[in-house]
Amino acid sequence: MSLNAMPLLSIIAFLPIIGSVILLLLPGERAQKWWSLLITTITFLLSLLLFVYWHNGEAGFQFVERFAWIPQLGIDYHLGVDGISLFLVLLTTFLGPLTILFSWDIEDRLKTYLFLMLLQEGGVIGVFVSLDLVLFYLFWELTLIPMYFLIGVWGGPNRVYAAVKFFIYTMAGSTLMLVAILALRYFYGSFDFVDLLQKGTLPATAQMLFFAAFALAFAIKVPLFPFHTWLPDAHVQAPTAGSVILAGVLLKMGTYGLVRFCLPLFPAATVRMVPLLMILAIIGILYGALVALRQQDLKSLVAYSSIAHLGFVVLGIFALNPEGISGAVLQMFNHGVSTGGLFFLVGMIYHRRHSRMLDDFGGLWAQLPVFGAFFLVIMLSSVGLPGLNGFVGEFNILVGAFQASRIAAVFATVGIILAAWYLLYAFRRVMHGPLDKPENKVLPDLNAREIIILASLVVVILLVGLFPNIFFDKINPSVLNLVHFVKIHAAPALVTPLSTQ
Amino acid sequence: MLNYAWLILVFPVLGLLLNLAFGRRLSDRTIGWIASSAVFLSFLVAVGLFFTLLGMPVEGRQHELMLWQWIHVDLFRADVKILVDPLSVTMGLIVTGVGFLIHVYSIGYMEGDKRVQRFFVFMNFFIFMMLTLVFANNFVLLYVGWEGVGLSSYLLIGFWFEKPIAAEAGKKAFLVNRVGDFGMALAIMWIFKLSGRLSFLDIAANTQAIAPAATGIALLLLLAVTGKSAQIPLYIWLPDAMEGPTPVSALIHAATMVTAGVYLVARTFAIFLLSPVAMTWVATIGVVTAFFAATMALAQVDLKRILAYSTISQIGYMVLGVGVGAFSAGIFHLMTHAFFKALLFLAAGSVMHALHGELDIRKMGGLREKMPQTFWTFLIGAAALAGFPLFSGFFSKDEILWHAWQHAHWMWALGLLTAFMTAYYSFRAVIVPFLGKPRDKYLFSHAHEAPPVMTIPLWLLAMGALLGGFLGLPHASLFGKWLEPVFASAHVGEGAASGNLELIFMGISSLVVLAGIGLAYYAYMVDTEFPNRFRKSLGFIDGLVQHKWYVDELYMAVIVHPLWELAGWFAKFFDPKVIDGTVNGLAWVTDEVGGGVRKLQTGLVGWYVFSLFVGAVLLLGYFMLVW
Repeated sequence: MSLNAMPLLSIIAFLPIIGSVILLLLPGERAQKWWSLLITTITFLLSLLLFVYWHNGEAGFQFVERFAWIPQLGIDYHLGVDGISLFLVLLTTFLGPLTILFSWDIEDRLKTYLFLMLLQEGGVIGVFVSLDLVLFYLFWELTLIPMYFLIGVWGGPNRVYAAVKFFIYTMAGSTLMLVAILALRYFYGSFDFVDLLQKGTLPATAQMLFFAAFALAFAIKVPLFPFHTWLPDAHVQAPTAGSVILAGVLLKMGTYGLVRFCLPLFPAATVRMVPLLMILAIIGILYGALVALRQQDLKSLVAYSSIAHLGFVVLGIFALNPEGISGAVLQMFNHGVSTGGLFFLVGMIYHRRHSRMLDDFGGLWAQLPVFGAFFLVIMLSSVGLPGLNGFVGEFNILVGAFQASRIAAVFATVGIILAAWYLLYAFRRVMHGPLDKPENKVLPDLNAREIIILASLVVVILLVGLFPNIFFDKINPSVLNLVHFVKIHAAPALVTPLSTQ
Repeated sequence: MLNYAWLILVFPVLGLLLNLAFGRRLSDRTIGWIASSAVFLSFLVAVGLFFTLLGMPVEGRQHELMLWQWIHVDLFRADVKILVDPLSVTMGLIVTGVGFLIHVYSIGYMEGDKRVQRFFVFMNFFIFMMLTLVFANNFVLLYVGWEGVGLSSYLLIGFWFEKPIAAEAGKKAFLVNRVGDFGMALAIMWIFKLSGRLSFLDIAANTQAIAPAATGIALLLLLAVTGKSAQIPLYIWLPDAMEGPTPVSALIHAATMVTAGVYLVARTFAIFLLSPVAMTWVATIGVVTAFFAATMALAQVDLKRILAYSTISQIGYMVLGVGVGAFSAGIFHLMTHAFFKALLFLAAGSVMHALHGELDIRKMGGLREKMPQTFWTFLIGAAALAGFPLFSGFFSKDEILWHAWQHAHWMWALGLLTAFMTAYYSFRAVIVPFLGKPRDKYLFSHAHEAPPVMTIPLWLLAMGALLGGFLGLPHASLFGKWLEPVFASAHVGEGAASGNLELIFMGISSLVVLAGIGLAYYAYMVDTEFPNRFRKSLGFIDGLVQHKWYVDELYMAVIVHPLWELAGWFAKFFDPKVIDGTVNGLAWVTDEVGGGVRKLQTGLVGWYVFSLFVGAVLLLGYFMLVW
């Protein structure tokens, strides 16, 4: 069967969802675990087909599926991926089996837990491949529900507060986005992203309103300073796999939304909003890093580091040049791998020690040499050490930012010093020093399952660090296209206003 | 041969991987020999490259070799590509040659340590990263090596991580270096923005594009240099780095890594030459650092710390050299320093090994009879460091001072004063531990000479320290002849130096050095109360010197503490109370306005859990129906 005839994206998005329903019928925890692992692994392997059969050099959407879904309302079932979304899909499917593997020890309501994990994965993939705004919105909301329950049921002591905060905060942002989506339909007669691009752009002032509505929803999701306070609460309370998904892919929905929708749909507004967003991004980089430095709870430290790292991504996006945006797109992927890895590590140590407080550790490297080696590599990847993945994305972002604004790049570069500070500080407190706490002297080193999880991440860390062109070959054409599109549509006077149909 | 230059990078990686994979099953000695052999094979490649280049016409001694395409985004193109030219091959020879000897020495030195495997893996990793640094053809790949050696340094300083002081020192080294790397990163961005180029040869061939910002770029690079090469203002990490095992101090914190900054200036000389202002800054930083570090070396009583400050001081000379445009003189001193300083550290390590880790020279004395080989090699090293006539340091230091004179007389004078102090403290470090009477009977009675696996490398390095200078004789410098073509474009229109004047200057500095040595002999052998009297006469300056001019304290008070406190205020007050308080406040207001009579939490949770269930079921049902 030819690949074009196969609805590959639908299969990838719905396999976990269908799998989650079938899971409900399976008896026995063992079967449920293996089933979930099987489903997520197949999903991952299928998603690799996207990579293998990719047309390098093509800027537009590939693996497109489109048919009328609810014709009365003009809603299409329209899927497709391009260089901007490809690696987010791959990131989601890659983290899928790893999170299932990590959750092997869950005992509390395992079936429901796995059901939610699978549902979550399908929803997130849906977000990244939807090209119809209504479909996008449905998937967007769908991702909220499993995470709400994952935090609220399997979370820490303050889980209910964190879950509700997560839910309401995100909902508040997305409600405005829904209004904006409906308004777009009113003005343009279409919910379809690709169609909307061809219909010309709105007057700048109208664009500003739309941009604000979309960007607020995305900014909360990223989260961009000052909308970030739900994140540490959610992370600290969430179970480990939940944190990995949350940091790894859910946050990327925000940055993805900015690149995918805000930039091309509202280019004139984008250009006007560049200063504001760059400033918020830089505040996020510096502020997130400083707050991370003073966290006692290791998980909270990693959570705040996410705010700093995603500040870099937003900075790259609003540099509005190929280096910045390509770097940002790659950095979304990198952050998922590195920060996902850090959350796994924190989970592993918590599982053993039932504490995440820095004061409870010290000298663990002597006791846990294998854990230490993985912690070191993943930490350095997050620090942005050249030769590893984080550097490639971060450095391109900085190069892009420098071209857009020299002063912005200077401030952001201070962020790479601070990143080394808080991560080395954490490493020093946990791994170095004397092994002087009796509780720590009995901790077992990593087991095979945990080594598989971390080794997979390290392979990707090295792959991106040493051979990033494998990724850029596919990212660049779409990004160049986008940059060009924004550039020519940014001056609203040149474009026909308001073509209602 | 040139097309196989990549092999030089491969061997250390092979050694590292072998030891990583099989190290647990091998004896410590085998691990050490695997790691050493890997470096030796790289050294052979370097020798091969040297003779290949030598066999080529002078102007053609430059070869770029593409390994793979690395980062390509639009115009930003950085590849994994190496540059073989006299400069990179010289550095390669030093790194692998001295590196090999230090690896072999470590087999003896690290014997009995519980983590020998990890030690040699890190050491091979360092060699690999250092070679990446010197063979990179572009800034971004150089940056990989630049931070890679910083990582090795971090790991090896903190090798005995159970000691909090070692762990802290490693962290400090990495962070201070990151401050320098901040300059490097921005310089690369700036160069790329202006010229669209990243490779050294491209940039050198198109300097007009970056000329308008040359001073800014060069000063940013200088910041990177001060970090990596431990110059003012970022030298503060190097003395603490002595917490690492002594072979590490010899290899990374004396012979190779810390000189990377000097290499960087030489490699990018085309940028520095665009800005006389920046060049003056480089030279000034160099000579002032040389002087201040020497004052601090005078006051130290810890043998390794004396050497550490002397390293900072000697690199100051190199930076002075490249700063006054004497690039090959700077690199020449880099080479001779690699020999004699590695030698001094290893000999100090041998002392430490013999005295159960004791480093306080006030507890030593008379060690000459117990460890004659260590004594003689240390003496050769100290003579070279002091610039004793005909020893290697004499020629290389004098060449730099001679160029400094031509640039600015005060730099020469300060450099000469530093040479006096250097001679004094290096012979103090010979006399106090090795001559006279034993001060600590117990330590003395247990002292013993090191095994051959340690003394043979000492003697080989001593040969280098003794004879290395003759490669760079004034007016007949083989070294200069070999290296100068790299810097050919830098010397347009430079007048020939007057031979006689240079000889007179050599005479002056010889006298100064002899005076310094004589004073050290007087102070520690003849009139042993002299040092105390002298210190008293200095008054408060003595206190300043003893406390290393309070620079660490100053940085803590002005930079680190304020940031730490600010971060604490953000984390404990601003974030939870102001930002999150606003968010929760808004939620509360919404709830009140909405007429919620019940308390915020119970009310909302119940309602939302219910609506979520309904919503989820509806959504799911809808999807299934549609599908």
